[in-house]
Amino acid sequence: MSYYFVVVSPSDTPLFEYTFGTSKAGGNGQAHFRNGESSRYMNQFIVHATLDVVEEVQWLSPNMWLKVIDNYVPTNSHISCFMTGTNVRFMLLHQPSSSGTAAGSRASTLSSSSIAQNPTSPQTEEAIRQFMTEVYEIWVKTLMNPFYKIGDEIKSPIFRTRVAAAGRKWL
Amino acid sequence: MSMPPSAASTTYSNSSYSEGFRPSMHSSNPSFAGAGLRLPSNRKTIYDRNLNRSRNAELSRASFAFLFMEMVTHAQRKIKSVSDFEKKLNEQGYPLGMKLLDLLLYRSSPAGSATSTSTPAVRPLRILPLLTLINNKLYPLLFSRPADSLEQDTQDASKYMIIDNTPLTNTYISVPKEMNQLSVAAFIAGIIEGVCDGAGFQCKVSAHNQGTDVWPNRTVFLVAFDESVMERERELERQGVK
Repeated sequence: MSYYFVVVSPSDTPLFEYTFGTSKAGGNGQAHFRNGESSRYMNQFIVHATLDVVEEVQWLSPNMWLKVIDNYVPTNSHISCFMTGTNVRFMLLHQPSSSGTAAGSRASTLSSSSIAQNPTSPQTEEAIRQFMTEVYEIWVKTLMNPFYKIGDEIKSPIFRTRVAAAGRKWL
Repeated sequence: MSMPPSAASTTYSNSSYSEGFRPSMHSSNPSFAGAGLRLPSNRKTIYDRNLNRSRNAELSRASFAFLFMEMVTHAQRKIKSVSDFEKKLNEQGYPLGMKLLDLLLYRSSPAGSATSTSTPAVRPLRILPLLTLINNKLYPLLFSRPADSLEQDTQDASKYMIIDNTPLTNTYISVPKEMNQLSVAAFIAGIIEGVCDGAGFQCKVSAHNQGTDVWPNRTVFLVAFDESVMERERELERQGVK
């Protein structure tokens, strides 16, 4: 599974971006999107299109964790969203690794409920929820920095390391 | 109170500046040297600290009074009117409210929420939950007690009043006669406005002195929500969202 994580401000400005791959089931933490090089801008495009869906559901559910709210069929991508109290959105695009490739032979022996293969299983959802909750904690700590101004890009290398660690731990 | 500037700067450079932090851009820490990041001497960054406040770890009232006095003095410079003054204080509180909202929601979720399976805190969707959050959660976080009362304007449904009989900001600030309209609680009004705006409820919050014989510092925070918020409120009411 490959992941693209982005923090989007209430005014739709990206504050933080991070692309990574699964570290579970023999993954090396590298992203392998099936649309290759074009995934770099396609992922941004898909996630931003999802923001419309977020706006439709955000006032109907008081939960922060909004689960998988959209998918993009051509690349088999699923988008999950976590919304903070200040309407900052954590968006995670996840794309299962395509079967039949080099990784596929190994992945096919795993059960269908494994996080790497089934993007809509309850296990995957739970793993993403845990990931989001952990990022939320790191993000609140960023807010507590008196030198961080609301709406600024998050540049702290420690924030990045912490998000990467959360990604390795849960996804 | 009036320390000579030379003495103040000497103390500063002797103790904290040279030992605690390294002012040069060349950090001794190799891993972050390229990013120009400097770590405190004990290597603990803000990310290493726990967000949940330990019990009874409260700040001293004296230090708050001192800092707030300085803020008021700072805001007093280059102002044309009392409303200018209040606007400046309001602007100082506003970012604080924006940041406090998420800290508040984080803390109201079960401790160590990353590991527990129970649901985290919920975002306020309607006006009433938002105002109760301010009254019963934000106020205790800031002042260790809830606000004294929450009322709705009888004529205008978009106006609410949060009433504080003894605002901490006004306790140690005496206002001169020619500025008797001024309420330094505009700072708290700014915090409240920041929380509301952050949650997506655009509004204007102002502080008004309404002293009584029993409570000479009694302050009313008038929260006036935008028409767009009221429109959404009606729509959510119709859809039965709580």
